[in-house]
Amino acid sequence: MTEPLLEINELKVNYQVFGGDLKVLNGLNLEIYPGEKIGLVGETGCGKTTTMKSILGILHPAARIKGGEILYRGRDLLKLKEKEMNDLRRQHMSAIFQNPTAALNPVFTIGQQLEDAIRYSFSREERLPKKEIKARAVEVLNDVALPDPERLLKNYPVQLSGGMKQRICIALALVTASDLLVADEPGTNLDVTIQDQILRLLINLVEERKTATIYITHTLGVVRQFMDRVFVMYAGNTVEVAPTKTLFDNPVHPYTKGLLQAVPKLTGVEFSQGIPGRVPEYQRPPAGCRFHPRCPDSTAFCQQEKPGFVEVEPGHQVACFTGGDS
Amino acid sequence: MNLKKFIGYRLIYSIFVLLGLSILIFTIARVVPGDPVRLALGARASQEVVESVRAQMYLDQPIVLQYLYWVRDIFQGNFGISLFTRRNVLIDIQQFLPATMELALVSGVIMAVFGILLGTLAAQKKNSLMDNLVRLVAYVGVVTPSFVLAIFFVLIFGYVFNIMPTAGRLSSYIQAPPWITGMITVDSLLTGNFAAFFNALRHLLLPAISLAMAGLSQQARITRSTMSDNLQKDYIQAHRTYGIPRRRIMSKYLLKPSLIPTVSILGLDFAALLANAFLVELIFNWPGFSRYGINAILRKDLNAIIAVVMVMGIIFVTVNIIVDIVVAYLDPRIRMGRERS
Ligand SMILES: Nc1ncnc2c1ncn2[C@@H]1O[C@H](COP(=O)(O)OP(=O)(O)O)[C@@H](O)[C@H]1O
Ligand SMILES: [Mg+2]
Repeated sequence: MTEPLLEINELKVNYQVFGGDLKVLNGLNLEIYPGEKIGLVGETGCGKTTTMKSILGILHPAARIKGGEILYRGRDLLKLKEKEMNDLRRQHMSAIFQNPTAALNPVFTIGQQLEDAIRYSFSREERLPKKEIKARAVEVLNDVALPDPERLLKNYPVQLSGGMKQRICIALALVTASDLLVADEPGTNLDVTIQDQILRLLINLVEERKTATIYITHTLGVVRQFMDRVFVMYAGNTVEVAPTKTLFDNPVHPYTKGLLQAVPKLTGVEFSQGIPGRVPEYQRPPAGCRFHPRCPDSTAFCQQEKPGFVEVEPGHQVACFTGGDS
Repeated sequence: MNLKKFIGYRLIYSIFVLLGLSILIFTIARVVPGDPVRLALGARASQEVVESVRAQMYLDQPIVLQYLYWVRDIFQGNFGISLFTRRNVLIDIQQFLPATMELALVSGVIMAVFGILLGTLAAQKKNSLMDNLVRLVAYVGVVTPSFVLAIFFVLIFGYVFNIMPTAGRLSSYIQAPPWITGMITVDSLLTGNFAAFFNALRHLLLPAISLAMAGLSQQARITRSTMSDNLQKDYIQAHRTYGIPRRRIMSKYLLKPSLIPTVSILGLDFAALLANAFLVELIFNWPGFSRYGINAILRKDLNAIIAVVMVMGIIFVTVNIIVDIVVAYLDPRIRMGRERS
């Protein structure tokens, strides 16, 4: 079997805030293989964006990494110098942010931002001449199916629609993500049909380029069609992982089962029906398994010990003491 | 895009502002108690003489008519005679304005450049030594009135160490350049008189810094806080994920959006600076416009008061138009005439 492209082991991240630490990521485990597409699914507030920012090394200054490692081709990203990390971001990995309007600099044109990203995606020696950069910019805008790229390059973000901005963010990310792309709920703020178009476009592009993709979402339905495997995340932990079909056919973790039963609300913001309650507060999170206060099957043991991943069938791991017995 | 239209709109708007200002100051100057003509001519002047001067100045007419006469005269380039210098107030202004303009411009440049520079340095790393230092300086600068600073400077640099000139615009042993713009630094450069240039610059330094400090501090504080807010914005994080080097992000992608609030209040800071100039000019014995203006008010020199206020108004409006243009250049959202997102 090949080596993972990226492997996160027992990652712990806190946020220092007034009045104590928010213990958000609580020993997160995740791995992705070259060219693979995985879904990372969980309710809002469970730490998905924090995971994305940890991988790319762009955490908020209030964030503190309390343990664990993020291995990229065997190298621990948490130990890299800023310069080395930037070299990876320049060429090998990138991200798509949750909100395209916030992710584009409002006072620079699309061309200025895109052309700069292209320019720096090459090492100093290989840097392209201006004209070729421009041609390449037009090309990537074509790739994301935007009409009239020449004119778009001269536009400011404020002149564009949400869907166009989302496509531009995809273009920007793809330019600098030859190996790994982390897409943080792209299109969540857009209407459903555009969201769907953009998802299909993104999947086509990453498949064509064989870019490994972590697709973050709070809607299970979205991942069913396109992802190879799915990680289910709850309150700072990944609690279940399986090939997509297995996960939908044979969910084991009570949280996953709850998610599958839940009907996403039309607003798309949270699941509520399947599982009563909500993501815990991170200043004093529940001891043991963080899901136990909401879990229908919890035992006294769940309140003391944190469950680790256990393989229930090949490629299907669950972090739950019930181990699928219930 | 629509920059021309934008400027045109601002110009028309400014004309209305100036019109309103002229009506306001015209009325205020006239309703303040005291007979300006009697004040100017002295107690011994005969009643006939006083009456005839009053008639000459239309002071015996209703105020609305007085205003219309005044407007008519202005269009003929006549701002009226000062009751004290007995000259056309325009000539007085030409004499006193350049000294103040020179001081205000140098001070304004110091304010903007160092305010933005210090704010940027402080924002690089929150709670670093630099950050705390800038915050301390800015705090002191905001709470210290310019005239206190001016007196302090005169004491320290003039009396204790005696290393800087603290009075006037030029040392007496330096040959003054010919009057071209009236700003000694400019005139001496134009005529290649470098001795005069550096001497004038040395004279400018202390008054300009005392005047600049308050605005400079405010600029530094605003630049710092906008920058450290923007540093956490998604778009800055996004630039990082594209692998743009940190220095370039700071000096380009962070600086430009962060300058918008700072530049927006530059106009106000400049107005405050002009207002503070009077006391500073007094302390540094600077033969400027502010002193002329205050004297005009104390003596109820009607034409001079109005002319002074109108000149200040024009300067203020001009500075604000320039500020608006710079802001529109920095912020396409304003240029496109949409709401800020
Ligand atoms: N900069 C920050 N400072 C303090 N708390 C934060 C910060 N960013 C995120 N958090 C907290 O971390 C938790 C997880 O947030 P996030 O990673 O954005 O979750 P998700 O993307 O799954 O919605 C939330 O409770 C959020 O309030
Ligand atoms: Mg999120």
